[in-house]
Amino acid sequence: MLIDWFTVGAQVLNFLILVWLMKHFLYQPILDAIDAREQRIATELTNAAAKQAEAQQEREAFQRKNTEFAQQRAALLKQATDEAQTERERLLDEARKAAAALQAKRQETLRNEAQHLHQALRRRTQQEVFAIARKALTDLAGTSLEERMVEVFAGRLRELDGAEQDRLTAALKASPGPVMVRTAFDLPPAQRASTEAAIKESLGLETPAQFTTAPDLISGIELTTNGQKVAWSIADYLASLEKGVAELLKAQDLPEAAPEPEQPQPEVTHS
Amino acid sequence: MRLSPDEMIFWQYGFFKLNATLVFTWGLMLVLVVSSTLITRKLSTDLKRTRWQNLLEIIVTAIEKQIEEVGLSQPRKYLGFLGTLFLFIALSALCTVIPGYEPPTGSLSTTVALALCVLVAVPFFGIQDQGVGGYLKSYIEPTFIMLPFNIISEISRTLALAVRLFGNMMSGAMIIGILLSITPFIFPIIMTLLGLLTGMVQAYIFTILAAVYIVAATRTRQPKPEPAAET
Repeated sequence: MLIDWFTVGAQVLNFLILVWLMKHFLYQPILDAIDAREQRIATELTNAAAKQAEAQQEREAFQRKNTEFAQQRAALLKQATDEAQTERERLLDEARKAAAALQAKRQETLRNEAQHLHQALRRRTQQEVFAIARKALTDLAGTSLEERMVEVFAGRLRELDGAEQDRLTAALKASPGPVMVRTAFDLPPAQRASTEAAIKESLGLETPAQFTTAPDLISGIELTTNGQKVAWSIADYLASLEKGVAELLKAQDLPEAAPEPEQPQPEVTHS
Repeated sequence: MRLSPDEMIFWQYGFFKLNATLVFTWGLMLVLVVSSTLITRKLSTDLKRTRWQNLLEIIVTAIEKQIEEVGLSQPRKYLGFLGTLFLFIALSALCTVIPGYEPPTGSLSTTVALALCVLVAVPFFGIQDQGVGGYLKSYIEPTFIMLPFNIISEISRTLALAVRLFGNMMSGAMIIGILLSITPFIFPIIMTLLGLLTGMVQAYIFTILAAVYIVAATRTRQPKPEPAAET
Protein backbone atom coordinates (compact mmCIF):
# COMPACT_ATOMS: atom_id res chain seq x y z
CA MET A 1 0.00 0.00 0.00
CA LEU A 2 1.58 3.29 -1.14
CA ILE A 3 -0.70 5.46 0.94
CA ASP A 4 -0.16 5.47 4.63
CA TRP A 5 -3.14 7.30 6.11
CA PHE A 6 -1.39 8.14 9.32
CA THR A 7 1.34 9.77 7.29
CA VAL A 8 -1.29 11.51 5.19
CA GLY A 9 -2.92 12.96 8.30
CA ALA A 10 0.42 13.88 9.81
CA GLN A 11 1.51 15.54 6.56
CA VAL A 12 -1.73 17.48 6.36
CA LEU A 13 -1.10 18.72 9.89
CA ASN A 14 2.53 19.38 9.11
CA PHE A 15 1.56 21.34 6.04
CA LEU A 16 -1.00 23.46 7.88
CA ILE A 17 1.53 24.18 10.60
CA LEU A 18 4.07 25.07 7.96
CA VAL A 19 1.59 27.39 6.29
CA TRP A 20 0.99 29.19 9.57
CA LEU A 21 4.71 29.36 10.38
CA MET A 22 5.62 30.63 6.95
CA LYS A 23 2.89 33.20 7.09
CA HIS A 24 4.13 34.34 10.43
CA PHE A 25 7.85 34.24 9.83
CA LEU A 26 8.26 34.79 6.13
CA TYR A 27 5.45 36.36 4.14
CA GLN A 28 4.16 38.84 6.63
CA PRO A 29 7.52 40.35 7.63
CA ILE A 30 8.74 40.41 4.06
CA LEU A 31 5.56 41.98 2.74
CA ASP A 32 5.53 44.47 5.59
CA ALA A 33 9.11 45.41 4.84
CA ILE A 34 8.31 45.80 1.15
CA ASP A 35 5.24 47.87 1.95
CA ALA A 36 7.19 50.03 4.36
CA ARG A 37 9.88 50.56 1.79
CA GLU A 38 7.38 51.35 -0.91
CA GLN A 39 5.62 53.73 1.42
CA ARG A 40 8.91 55.32 2.27
CA ILE A 41 9.92 55.59 -1.37
CA ALA A 42 6.52 57.02 -2.21
CA THR A 43 6.87 59.52 0.61
CA GLU A 44 10.36 60.39 -0.51
CA LEU A 45 9.19 60.74 -4.08
CA THR A 46 6.34 62.95 -2.94
CA ASN A 47 8.74 65.00 -0.87
CA ALA A 48 11.17 65.12 -3.73
CA ALA A 49 8.41 66.18 -6.08
CA ALA A 50 7.30 68.82 -3.60
CA LYS A 51 10.86 69.99 -3.16
CA GLN A 52 11.38 69.97 -6.88
CA ALA A 53 8.22 71.97 -7.38
CA GLU A 54 9.33 74.33 -4.65
CA ALA A 55 12.77 74.57 -6.19
CA GLN A 56 11.18 75.17 -9.56
CA GLN A 57 9.03 77.90 -8.09
CA GLU A 58 12.00 79.43 -6.35
CA ARG A 59 13.97 79.18 -9.54
CA GLU A 60 11.21 80.85 -11.49
CA ALA A 61 10.85 83.49 -8.82
CA PHE A 62 14.58 84.03 -8.85
CA GLN A 63 14.64 84.25 -12.60
CA ARG A 64 11.72 86.65 -12.56
CA LYS A 65 13.40 88.77 -9.93
CA ASN A 66 16.62 88.61 -11.85
CA THR A 67 14.90 89.74 -15.00
CA GLU A 68 13.11 92.49 -13.14
CA PHE A 69 16.34 93.52 -11.52
CA ALA A 70 18.11 93.56 -14.87
CA GLN A 71 15.30 95.60 -16.40
CA GLN A 72 15.26 97.93 -13.43
CA ARG A 73 19.01 98.28 -13.58
CA ALA A 74 18.89 98.94 -17.30
CA ALA A 75 16.11 101.48 -16.79
CA LEU A 76 17.99 103.16 -13.96
CA LEU A 77 21.17 103.16 -15.97
CA LYS A 78 19.37 104.62 -18.95
CA GLN A 79 17.70 107.21 -16.77
CA ALA A 80 21.01 108.07 -15.14
CA THR A 81 22.70 108.26 -18.54
CA ASP A 82 19.92 110.44 -19.87
CA GLU A 83 20.03 112.65 -16.82
CA ALA A 84 23.79 112.86 -17.03
CA GLN A 85 23.53 113.71 -20.73
CA THR A 86 20.88 116.33 -20.05
CA GLU A 87 22.88 117.72 -17.17
CA ARG A 88 26.00 117.74 -19.31
CA GLU A 89 24.22 119.55 -22.09
CA ARG A 90 22.73 121.96 -19.61
CA LEU A 91 26.09 122.61 -18.00
CA LEU A 92 27.73 122.96 -21.39
CA ASP A 93 25.01 125.36 -22.46
CA GLU A 94 25.41 127.32 -19.28
CA ALA A 95 29.15 127.36 -19.66
CA ARG A 96 28.82 128.36 -23.28
CA LYS A 97 26.34 131.09 -22.39
CA ALA A 98 28.49 132.22 -19.50
CA ALA A 99 31.53 132.22 -21.75
CA ALA A 100 29.62 134.06 -24.43
CA ALA A 101 28.26 136.51 -21.88
CA LEU A 102 31.68 136.98 -20.40
CA GLN A 103 33.19 137.48 -23.81
CA ALA A 104 30.42 139.86 -24.79
CA LYS A 105 30.85 141.71 -21.56
CA ARG A 106 34.57 141.84 -22.02
CA GLN A 107 34.17 143.04 -25.57
CA GLU A 108 31.60 145.53 -24.44
CA THR A 109 33.88 146.70 -21.70
CA LEU A 110 36.76 146.95 -24.13
CA ARG A 111 34.63 148.76 -26.62
CA ASN A 112 33.26 151.06 -23.94
CA GLU A 113 36.70 151.75 -22.68
CA ALA A 114 37.92 152.44 -26.17
CA GLN A 115 34.90 154.56 -26.86
CA HIS A 116 35.24 156.45 -23.64
CA LEU A 117 38.87 156.99 -24.38
CA HIS A 118 38.01 158.19 -27.84
CA GLN A 119 35.27 160.39 -26.56
CA ALA A 120 37.42 161.78 -23.80
CA LEU A 121 40.16 162.40 -26.31
CA ARG A 122 37.84 164.03 -28.76
CA ARG A 123 36.10 166.06 -26.13
CA ARG A 124 39.37 167.17 -24.75
CA THR A 125 40.65 168.05 -28.20
CA GLN A 126 37.44 169.83 -29.02
CA GLN A 127 37.45 171.68 -25.78
CA GLU A 128 41.08 172.60 -26.27
CA VAL A 129 40.44 173.74 -29.82
CA PHE A 130 37.47 175.81 -28.84
CA ALA A 131 39.20 177.16 -25.80
CA ILE A 132 42.11 178.26 -27.98
CA ALA A 133 39.72 179.75 -30.52
CA ARG A 134 37.71 181.49 -27.86
CA LYS A 135 40.85 182.74 -26.17
CA ALA A 136 42.23 184.07 -29.46
CA LEU A 137 38.98 185.74 -30.43
CA THR A 138 38.44 187.14 -26.95
CA ASP A 139 41.93 188.52 -27.01
CA LEU A 140 41.32 190.05 -30.43
CA ALA A 141 37.92 191.53 -29.54
CA GLY A 142 37.90 195.30 -29.35
CA THR A 143 35.78 198.43 -30.10
CA SER A 144 36.44 198.26 -33.80
CA LEU A 145 35.37 194.70 -33.78
CA GLU A 146 32.25 195.69 -31.91
CA GLU A 147 31.46 198.28 -34.49
CA ARG A 148 31.94 195.85 -37.31
CA MET A 149 29.84 193.37 -35.43
CA VAL A 150 26.95 195.83 -35.05
CA GLU A 151 27.17 196.55 -38.74
CA VAL A 152 26.99 193.00 -39.66
CA PHE A 153 24.06 192.51 -37.27
CA ALA A 154 22.25 195.49 -38.78
CA GLY A 155 22.95 194.15 -42.25
CA ARG A 156 21.55 190.78 -41.26
CA LEU A 157 18.38 192.32 -39.93
CA ARG A 158 17.92 194.05 -43.19
CA GLU A 159 18.57 190.91 -45.16
CA LEU A 160 15.82 188.99 -43.48
CA ASP A 161 13.26 187.72 -45.92
CA GLY A 162 9.62 188.69 -45.68
CA ALA A 163 8.30 185.71 -43.77
CA GLU A 164 11.02 185.72 -41.19
CA GLN A 165 10.68 189.41 -40.79
CA ASP A 166 6.95 189.12 -40.22
CA ARG A 167 7.38 186.32 -37.70
CA LEU A 168 10.01 188.27 -35.80
CA THR A 169 7.92 191.39 -35.85
CA ALA A 170 4.88 189.52 -34.57
CA ALA A 171 6.96 188.00 -31.78
CA LEU A 172 8.41 191.36 -30.82
CA LYS A 173 5.03 192.91 -30.79
CA ALA A 174 3.55 190.18 -28.71
CA SER A 175 6.32 190.51 -26.17
CA PRO A 176 5.25 192.69 -23.29
CA GLY A 177 8.72 193.86 -22.32
CA PRO A 178 11.32 195.80 -24.26
CA VAL A 179 13.42 194.15 -26.95
CA MET A 180 16.37 192.44 -25.37
CA VAL A 181 19.74 193.08 -27.07
CA ARG A 182 22.64 191.14 -25.55
CA THR A 183 26.28 191.78 -26.36
CA ALA A 184 29.57 190.46 -25.12
CA PHE A 185 30.84 193.93 -24.28
CA ASP A 186 29.08 196.97 -23.14
CA LEU A 187 28.20 198.82 -26.34
CA PRO A 188 29.04 202.51 -26.71
CA PRO A 189 25.99 204.76 -27.27
CA ALA A 190 26.77 205.19 -30.97
CA GLN A 191 26.49 201.47 -31.60
CA ARG A 192 23.42 201.27 -29.42
CA ALA A 193 21.74 203.97 -31.47
CA SER A 194 22.82 202.28 -34.69
CA THR A 195 21.41 199.03 -33.50
CA GLU A 196 18.10 200.59 -32.45
CA ALA A 197 17.95 202.33 -35.83
CA ALA A 198 18.52 199.09 -37.64
CA ILE A 199 15.78 197.40 -35.61
CA LYS A 200 13.42 200.19 -36.21
CA GLU A 201 14.29 200.30 -39.90
CA SER A 202 13.96 196.65 -40.64
CA LEU A 203 11.20 195.68 -38.27
CA GLY A 204 9.32 198.88 -37.96
CA LEU A 205 9.24 198.77 -34.17
CA GLU A 206 9.19 201.71 -31.86
CA THR A 207 9.87 199.76 -28.74
CA PRO A 208 13.07 200.83 -27.00
CA ALA A 209 15.77 198.26 -26.79
CA GLN A 210 17.28 197.12 -23.55
CA PHE A 211 20.98 196.38 -23.77
CA THR A 212 22.60 193.77 -21.54
CA THR A 213 26.06 192.27 -21.42
CA ALA A 214 26.65 188.55 -21.83
CA PRO A 215 30.34 187.59 -21.96
CA ASP A 216 29.61 184.06 -23.16
CA LEU A 217 28.58 185.45 -26.52
CA ILE A 218 32.22 185.97 -27.48
CA SER A 219 32.18 189.03 -29.65
CA GLY A 220 28.58 188.91 -30.70
CA ILE A 221 25.24 190.65 -30.57
CA GLU A 222 21.90 189.02 -30.10
CA LEU A 223 18.31 190.17 -30.29
CA THR A 224 15.91 188.03 -28.41
CA THR A 225 12.25 188.27 -27.81
CA ASN A 226 9.36 185.94 -27.24
CA GLY A 227 10.88 182.72 -28.71
CA GLN A 228 12.51 184.54 -31.65
CA LYS A 229 16.11 185.55 -31.90
CA VAL A 230 18.37 187.34 -34.35
CA ALA A 231 22.06 187.08 -33.52
CA TRP A 232 25.50 187.27 -34.80
CA SER A 233 28.47 186.17 -32.76
CA ILE A 234 31.71 184.35 -33.12
CA ALA A 235 30.24 181.95 -30.56
CA ASP A 236 27.68 181.09 -33.22
CA TYR A 237 30.40 180.19 -35.63
CA LEU A 238 32.17 178.30 -32.93
CA ALA A 239 28.98 176.51 -32.00
CA SER A 240 28.37 175.74 -35.64
CA LEU A 241 31.92 174.43 -35.96
CA GLU A 242 31.50 172.44 -32.78
CA LYS A 243 28.29 170.98 -34.10
CA GLY A 244 29.97 170.02 -37.37
CA VAL A 245 32.88 168.39 -35.56
CA ALA A 246 30.54 166.56 -33.18
CA GLU A 247 28.51 165.20 -36.07
CA LEU A 248 31.65 164.07 -37.80
CA LEU A 249 32.85 162.30 -34.67
CA LYS A 250 29.44 160.79 -34.16
CA ALA A 251 29.45 159.48 -37.70
CA GLN A 252 32.85 157.89 -37.05
CA ASP A 253 31.70 156.29 -33.82
CA LEU A 254 28.58 154.73 -35.26
CA PRO A 255 30.20 151.76 -36.96
CA GLU A 256 32.05 150.93 -33.75
CA ALA A 257 29.47 151.43 -31.04
CA ALA A 258 25.88 152.09 -30.28
CA PRO A 259 24.69 155.58 -30.96
CA GLU A 260 25.89 157.90 -28.34
CA PRO A 261 23.61 160.18 -26.42
CA GLU A 262 22.83 163.31 -28.35
CA GLN A 263 25.48 165.98 -27.98
CA PRO A 264 24.25 169.24 -26.52
CA GLN A 265 23.14 171.20 -29.54
CA PRO A 266 24.30 174.69 -29.93
CA GLU A 267 21.80 177.37 -29.77
CA VAL A 268 19.22 177.47 -32.51
CA THR A 269 19.47 180.54 -34.45
CA HIS A 270 17.87 182.30 -37.31
CA SER A 271 20.60 183.71 -39.29
CA MET B 1 14.11 -1.03 -3.48
CA ARG B 2 11.78 1.36 -1.70
CA LEU B 3 9.16 3.10 -3.72
CA SER B 4 8.36 5.57 -0.93
CA PRO B 5 10.15 6.93 2.09
CA ASP B 6 7.08 5.87 4.05
CA GLU B 7 8.54 2.44 4.11
CA MET B 8 11.55 3.61 6.10
CA ILE B 9 10.09 3.49 9.59
CA PHE B 10 12.20 4.68 12.52
CA TRP B 11 9.67 4.16 15.27
CA GLN B 12 6.20 2.68 15.49
CA TYR B 13 3.60 2.39 18.20
CA GLY B 14 0.45 0.84 16.84
CA PHE B 15 -1.11 3.22 14.34
CA PHE B 16 1.44 5.90 15.11
CA LYS B 17 4.73 5.69 13.37
CA LEU B 18 7.72 7.82 12.64
CA ASN B 19 8.87 7.28 9.09
CA ALA B 20 11.41 9.01 6.83
CA THR B 21 8.68 11.06 5.15
CA LEU B 22 7.74 12.76 8.39
CA VAL B 23 11.33 13.17 9.49
CA PHE B 24 12.43 14.76 6.22
CA THR B 25 9.28 16.89 6.22
CA TRP B 26 10.15 18.17 9.68
CA GLY B 27 13.67 18.77 8.50
CA LEU B 28 12.43 20.82 5.57
CA MET B 29 10.02 22.68 7.84
CA LEU B 30 12.85 23.40 10.23
CA VAL B 31 15.08 24.71 7.45
CA LEU B 32 12.31 26.89 6.03
CA VAL B 33 11.19 28.32 9.34
CA VAL B 34 14.64 28.80 10.85
CA SER B 35 16.09 30.43 7.72
CA SER B 36 13.01 32.64 7.38
CA THR B 37 13.23 33.63 11.01
CA LEU B 38 16.94 34.34 10.78
CA ILE B 39 16.58 36.43 7.68
CA THR B 40 13.41 38.29 8.65
CA ARG B 41 14.68 38.98 12.16
CA LYS B 42 16.57 42.02 10.98
CA LEU B 43 14.61 43.21 8.02
CA SER B 44 15.56 46.53 6.57
CA THR B 45 12.94 48.94 5.30
CA ASP B 46 15.73 51.06 3.95
CA LEU B 47 16.97 51.00 0.40
CA LYS B 48 20.01 49.04 1.55
CA ARG B 49 19.34 45.45 2.50
CA THR B 50 21.09 42.10 2.81
CA ARG B 51 21.43 39.60 -0.01
CA TRP B 52 19.29 37.09 1.88
CA GLN B 53 16.53 39.61 2.34
CA ASN B 54 16.78 40.42 -1.33
CA LEU B 55 16.49 36.71 -2.17
CA LEU B 56 13.40 36.26 0.02
CA GLU B 57 11.83 39.41 -1.35
CA ILE B 58 12.41 38.20 -4.89
CA ILE B 59 10.86 34.81 -4.10
CA VAL B 60 7.85 36.25 -2.26
CA THR B 61 7.13 38.95 -4.81
CA ALA B 62 7.59 36.46 -7.68
CA ILE B 63 5.04 34.10 -6.13
CA GLU B 64 2.68 36.99 -5.44
CA LYS B 65 2.99 38.19 -9.02
CA GLN B 66 2.44 34.68 -10.35
CA ILE B 67 -0.73 34.26 -8.30
CA GLU B 68 -1.97 37.59 -9.55
CA GLU B 69 -1.22 36.61 -13.14
CA VAL B 70 -3.27 33.43 -12.74
CA GLY B 71 -6.26 35.62 -12.00
CA LEU B 72 -6.53 36.18 -8.30
CA SER B 73 -6.92 39.86 -7.69
CA GLN B 74 -5.94 39.69 -4.03
CA PRO B 75 -2.80 37.59 -4.12
CA ARG B 76 -1.81 38.26 -0.51
CA LYS B 77 -4.87 36.43 0.71
CA TYR B 78 -3.71 33.24 -1.00
CA LEU B 79 0.01 33.80 -0.64
CA GLY B 80 0.30 31.82 2.59
CA PHE B 81 -1.28 28.66 1.19
CA LEU B 82 -0.01 28.70 -2.39
CA GLY B 83 3.42 30.11 -1.55
CA THR B 84 3.98 27.45 1.09
CA LEU B 85 2.92 24.74 -1.33
CA PHE B 86 5.47 25.98 -3.86
CA LEU B 87 8.30 26.47 -1.39
CA PHE B 88 7.75 23.14 0.29
CA ILE B 89 7.64 21.14 -2.96
CA ALA B 90 10.51 23.10 -4.51
CA LEU B 91 12.76 22.76 -1.48
CA SER B 92 11.91 19.09 -1.19
CA ALA B 93 13.03 18.66 -4.82
CA LEU B 94 16.12 20.86 -4.45
CA CYS B 95 17.38 18.87 -1.47
CA THR B 96 17.67 15.76 -3.58
CA VAL B 97 21.27 16.85 -4.24
CA ILE B 98 22.03 15.96 -0.61
CA PRO B 99 23.21 12.37 -0.35
CA GLY B 100 20.94 10.13 1.72
CA TYR B 101 18.04 12.54 1.39
CA GLU B 102 14.74 11.29 0.11
CA PRO B 103 12.11 13.83 -0.92
CA PRO B 104 8.92 13.67 1.14
CA THR B 105 7.05 14.50 -2.05
CA GLY B 106 8.24 11.15 -3.35
CA SER B 107 5.74 9.66 -0.94
CA LEU B 108 2.20 9.25 -2.17
CA SER B 109 1.00 9.94 1.37
CA THR B 110 2.53 13.44 1.24
CA THR B 111 1.21 14.23 -2.20
CA VAL B 112 -2.23 12.96 -1.22
CA ALA B 113 -2.06 15.08 1.89
CA LEU B 114 -1.17 18.14 -0.19
CA ALA B 115 -3.89 17.32 -2.71
CA LEU B 116 -6.39 16.95 0.09
CA CYS B 117 -5.34 20.32 1.39
CA VAL B 118 -6.03 21.76 -2.06
CA LEU B 119 -9.33 19.87 -2.17
CA VAL B 120 -10.37 21.53 1.09
CA ALA B 121 -8.85 24.90 0.31
CA VAL B 122 -10.76 25.34 -2.95
CA PRO B 123 -14.25 25.26 -1.36
CA PHE B 124 -12.88 27.12 1.66
CA PHE B 125 -11.77 30.07 -0.43
CA GLY B 126 -14.79 29.72 -2.70
CA ILE B 127 -17.23 29.92 0.19
CA GLN B 128 -15.22 32.73 1.76
CA ASP B 129 -15.48 34.65 -1.44
CA GLN B 130 -19.05 34.08 -2.62
CA GLY B 131 -20.80 32.37 0.26
CA VAL B 132 -22.02 28.76 0.67
CA GLY B 133 -24.93 29.15 -1.72
CA GLY B 134 -22.90 30.83 -4.35
CA TYR B 135 -20.18 28.23 -4.15
CA LEU B 136 -22.55 25.26 -4.20
CA LYS B 137 -24.42 26.81 -7.07
CA SER B 138 -21.26 26.62 -9.14
CA TYR B 139 -21.63 22.80 -9.11
CA ILE B 140 -24.95 22.90 -11.00
CA GLU B 141 -23.80 25.28 -13.65
CA PRO B 142 -24.58 25.56 -16.47
CA THR B 143 -27.24 22.84 -15.62
CA PHE B 144 -27.84 20.52 -12.69
CA ILE B 145 -26.89 17.62 -14.96
CA MET B 146 -23.33 18.79 -14.58
CA LEU B 147 -23.40 18.17 -10.80
CA PRO B 148 -22.02 14.59 -10.89
CA PHE B 149 -19.44 15.54 -13.45
CA ASN B 150 -18.33 18.47 -11.38
CA ILE B 151 -18.01 16.27 -8.30
CA ILE B 152 -16.07 13.67 -10.28
CA SER B 153 -13.93 16.45 -11.65
CA GLU B 154 -13.13 17.65 -8.11
CA ILE B 155 -12.09 14.20 -7.00
CA SER B 156 -10.22 13.25 -10.13
CA ARG B 157 -8.21 16.45 -10.29
CA THR B 158 -7.25 16.04 -6.68
CA LEU B 159 -6.15 12.51 -7.40
CA ALA B 160 -4.33 13.69 -10.49
CA LEU B 161 -2.49 16.35 -8.46
CA ALA B 162 -1.36 13.77 -5.96
CA VAL B 163 -0.36 11.11 -8.42
CA ARG B 164 1.35 13.54 -10.82
CA LEU B 165 3.63 14.92 -8.15
CA PHE B 166 4.28 11.54 -6.61
CA GLY B 167 4.99 9.93 -9.97
CA ASN B 168 7.44 12.59 -11.03
CA MET B 169 9.33 12.78 -7.78
CA MET B 170 9.37 9.02 -7.24
CA SER B 171 10.45 8.35 -10.79
CA GLY B 172 13.24 10.86 -10.54
CA ALA B 173 14.65 9.23 -7.44
CA MET B 174 14.08 5.81 -8.93
CA ILE B 175 15.91 6.65 -12.18
CA ILE B 176 18.87 8.03 -10.28
CA GLY B 177 18.96 4.88 -8.11
CA ILE B 178 18.86 2.62 -11.16
CA LEU B 179 21.44 4.67 -13.07
CA LEU B 180 23.77 4.64 -10.09
CA SER B 181 23.83 0.89 -10.21
CA ILE B 182 24.41 0.81 -14.00
CA THR B 183 26.64 3.79 -14.79
CA PRO B 184 27.89 5.38 -11.60
CA PHE B 185 29.61 8.28 -13.44
CA ILE B 186 28.31 11.30 -15.31
CA PHE B 187 24.79 10.05 -16.01
CA PRO B 188 23.54 10.14 -12.42
CA ILE B 189 24.75 13.77 -12.23
CA ILE B 190 22.90 14.67 -15.41
CA MET B 191 19.79 12.91 -14.18
CA THR B 192 20.10 14.66 -10.83
CA LEU B 193 20.19 18.01 -12.66
CA LEU B 194 17.22 16.89 -14.70
CA GLY B 195 15.52 15.82 -11.48
CA LEU B 196 16.08 19.30 -10.04
CA LEU B 197 14.48 20.80 -13.12
CA THR B 198 11.60 18.33 -12.92
CA GLY B 199 11.13 19.09 -9.25
CA MET B 200 10.97 22.85 -9.88
CA VAL B 201 8.54 22.33 -12.74
CA GLN B 202 6.38 20.11 -10.57
CA ALA B 203 6.34 22.62 -7.77
CA TYR B 204 5.30 25.29 -10.24
CA ILE B 205 2.62 23.07 -11.79
CA PHE B 206 1.19 22.00 -8.46
CA THR B 207 0.98 25.57 -7.22
CA ILE B 208 -0.43 26.97 -10.45
CA LEU B 209 -3.05 24.24 -10.67
CA ALA B 210 -4.09 24.85 -7.09
CA ALA B 211 -4.32 28.57 -7.90
CA VAL B 212 -6.37 27.86 -10.99
CA TYR B 213 -8.77 25.68 -8.98
CA ILE B 214 -9.14 28.46 -6.44
CA VAL B 215 -9.70 30.99 -9.21
CA ALA B 216 -12.37 28.72 -10.67
CA ALA B 217 -14.07 28.53 -7.31
CA THR B 218 -14.01 32.25 -6.62
CA ARG B 219 -16.02 34.98 -8.15
CA THR B 220 -12.99 36.92 -9.24
CA ARG B 221 -12.05 34.39 -11.86
CA GLN B 222 -11.01 35.81 -15.14
CA PRO B 223 -11.12 34.22 -18.59
CA LYS B 224 -7.71 32.72 -18.72
CA PRO B 225 -6.70 29.45 -20.39
CA GLU B 226 -5.61 26.73 -18.05
CA PRO B 227 -1.94 25.89 -18.23
CA ALA B 228 -1.43 23.13 -20.75
CA ALA B 229 1.77 21.95 -19.16
CA GLU B 230 0.48 18.87 -17.43
CA THR B 231 2.76 15.87 -17.38
